[in-house]
Amino acid sequence: MTQLPDGRYVDDAPYDAQASIQQLERRDLDAPNWLLIWRKFRQHKLGLYSGIFLLLSYLMLPFAGFIAPYTPNERLSEHLYAPPQGVNFFHDGAFIGPFVYPIVAEADMETFQWKFVADESRPMPLKFFCEGGTHHLAGLIASDTHLFCAPPGATLFLWGADRLGRDVFSRILYGAQLSLTVGLIGITVSFVLGISFGSIAGYFGGRIDWMINRVIEILRSLPELPLWLALSAAVPSNWGPVSVFFIISVILGILDWPGLARSVRAKFLSLREEEYVRAAEMMGASSSRVIRKHLLPNFMSHLIASATLSIPAMILGETALSFLGLGLRAPAVSWGVMLNDAQNLASIEIYPWTAIPMLPIIVIVLTFNFFGDGLRDSLDPYES
Amino acid sequence: MLILRYAIYRFATMLLTLLVVSVMVFVIINLPPGDYLSNQIAELRASGQDAGVAKAEFLRKEYALDRQLWEQYMIWVGFMPGPNGFAGLVQGNFGWSFEFDRPVSEIVGESLWLTVLVNLAAVLFVYMVALPLGVLAAAKSKTWVDYTSAFVGYLGLATPNFLLALILFYYGHKYFDLPIGGLMDPAYEGQPMGWDKARSILIHLIVPTFVIGTSGASAMMQRLRANMLDELGKPYVETAIAKGMSPSRMLTKYPLRVAFNPFVADIGNLLPAMVSGSVLVSVVLGLQTIGPTLLTALKTQDQFLSAFVLMFVALLTLMGTMISDVLLVLLDPRIRYAGRDA
Repeated sequence: MTQLPDGRYVDDAPYDAQASIQQLERRDLDAPNWLLIWRKFRQHKLGLYSGIFLLLSYLMLPFAGFIAPYTPNERLSEHLYAPPQGVNFFHDGAFIGPFVYPIVAEADMETFQWKFVADESRPMPLKFFCEGGTHHLAGLIASDTHLFCAPPGATLFLWGADRLGRDVFSRILYGAQLSLTVGLIGITVSFVLGISFGSIAGYFGGRIDWMINRVIEILRSLPELPLWLALSAAVPSNWGPVSVFFIISVILGILDWPGLARSVRAKFLSLREEEYVRAAEMMGASSSRVIRKHLLPNFMSHLIASATLSIPAMILGETALSFLGLGLRAPAVSWGVMLNDAQNLASIEIYPWTAIPMLPIIVIVLTFNFFGDGLRDSLDPYES
Repeated sequence: MLILRYAIYRFATMLLTLLVVSVMVFVIINLPPGDYLSNQIAELRASGQDAGVAKAEFLRKEYALDRQLWEQYMIWVGFMPGPNGFAGLVQGNFGWSFEFDRPVSEIVGESLWLTVLVNLAAVLFVYMVALPLGVLAAAKSKTWVDYTSAFVGYLGLATPNFLLALILFYYGHKYFDLPIGGLMDPAYEGQPMGWDKARSILIHLIVPTFVIGTSGASAMMQRLRANMLDELGKPYVETAIAKGMSPSRMLTKYPLRVAFNPFVADIGNLLPAMVSGSVLVSVVLGLQTIGPTLLTALKTQDQFLSAFVLMFVALLTLMGTMISDVLLVLLDPRIRYAGRDA
């Protein structure tokens, strides 16, 4: 590559009259669709980083118990509402690795609150790969090894402790397990319903189309939250946390499908007139085969992108329901359940760290939005 | 005249939708096993208070809870005579709240108007914020104005409503001395409307409006920006600039008018979310709207009360959507003919 005086770049290789431009571009033209999408997506930096972050967050879920220093319902009754503790590296100017100062509760006789004072003379190094409360890796393998835990005789509240003296940091990690998967289950329900109803309406048309369309319109014009509330209020209170979790995610999905069904239907309406559909029908393919093999793959990627964009709504929905006390219930741990503690102003003013679970919610919702946007923008690799 | 016909058509579909919604609401409300009274009767029996049982049994008869489900529905809506003749929603009888032992209409009373007021304020807020910001972000795209508004917009979308409420509440009180909780000074509660009361309500409205409207405003702003950007690339804009129009006049005169359409249409999509938000925010902020009433009614299985509140919320959104549809037709004559079949 040489730069000419006028600023242009010129390839140094000798001119080859045989080389065809077609040949050069062939590689690109023959590349599979996903590769083209990936190439374009890679340039969408914000979307890419969000995607990586989300991937890491979801990969972390099975090992939440290993990373968290405490188990979610472990109570340290000496440390109710203990403030966050910093992890330090230098003591008196000397490096001694990660350590914490032990904190002691003292009663403040003026405000009648517990005051936690750090004893800055005794640095206590953190322990790694140490024994702690039993947790289950991926919900199956019991283990009591933790990545790091508090030195004996001290506590390790990275993000403070809550009303019952439970570690907020550990609970956020455990809460991620429910809060992040609730959206996935909900979106699966919504996806299945949306695609089936949308494709039936769009492909068959006529009376079925009219009926499904009315249902979509009605559901879309109703406020979601009151209906979510009503449906979750109907969940019997004697059900276990796992079944409540499932039914809540299904409820979130049940009201979400109309949007998806509408876009599926619109696509079907235009695609069913294409020649290849006619050809497939002529060759005797059944309706379900035409829908599954010939029509759906056309815009599956679009559907996935729009699904990605509606997961945040479900995560927020779960949070809102649990926050109001109609969603997941203790002892289940989710971010909404944790925020239930931060419901009043007094606790936010005096113990601001009880509101920390809102940070992961905001971050996750934002990254899902960026990721979905990036995905949507890169789905048409042939468009510049 | 066409517009009138369209309005009537739209009104009729709204009524039909409302009918379907009433069935849905009734089914959802009756999903949990048992009802308030049978639970109460079981409880009274267990504790041996037979006097109470008689009253509960009487109420069960009175409100036809001992009949088939479909009969209950018909009586509730008012299509079928109940024990006291036709007395359902259609006749303006909203039923009885077992939890509070008062008629539903008495309990919801003033809060209905406050609900409408809060939502109206939020809609106004959405328009007032989204319109200038969206246009500005498009006109100055790829500058710090655009990026800042996009960032704030994303944050608005991502922060759960109720958290925003708590935060604003706290800081609003700390730095601007905004009042905490409620929709009016407790002194004015139950008082007839007057100048002072209106002022008190207005001041109390600031935080809730902001909270409910933010996510809607950011969604609207992004949509308007995208529409404006599409329009700004078109040749007529270039022509307008070339003939020497001032940028602000050019913007408002041509592209904004075209991009304005979806702006009005969108309120139909936003309204359900905003009403949802207002229910949640009301619970957190303790506003005297029907949000908190709904929550208690649902938790105590007070079926007539919760069913009525759900119906009212649905009606509110349906009305809003209808009005926006009719407005849209007034605004854009092209839609009048296409809209009928589409």
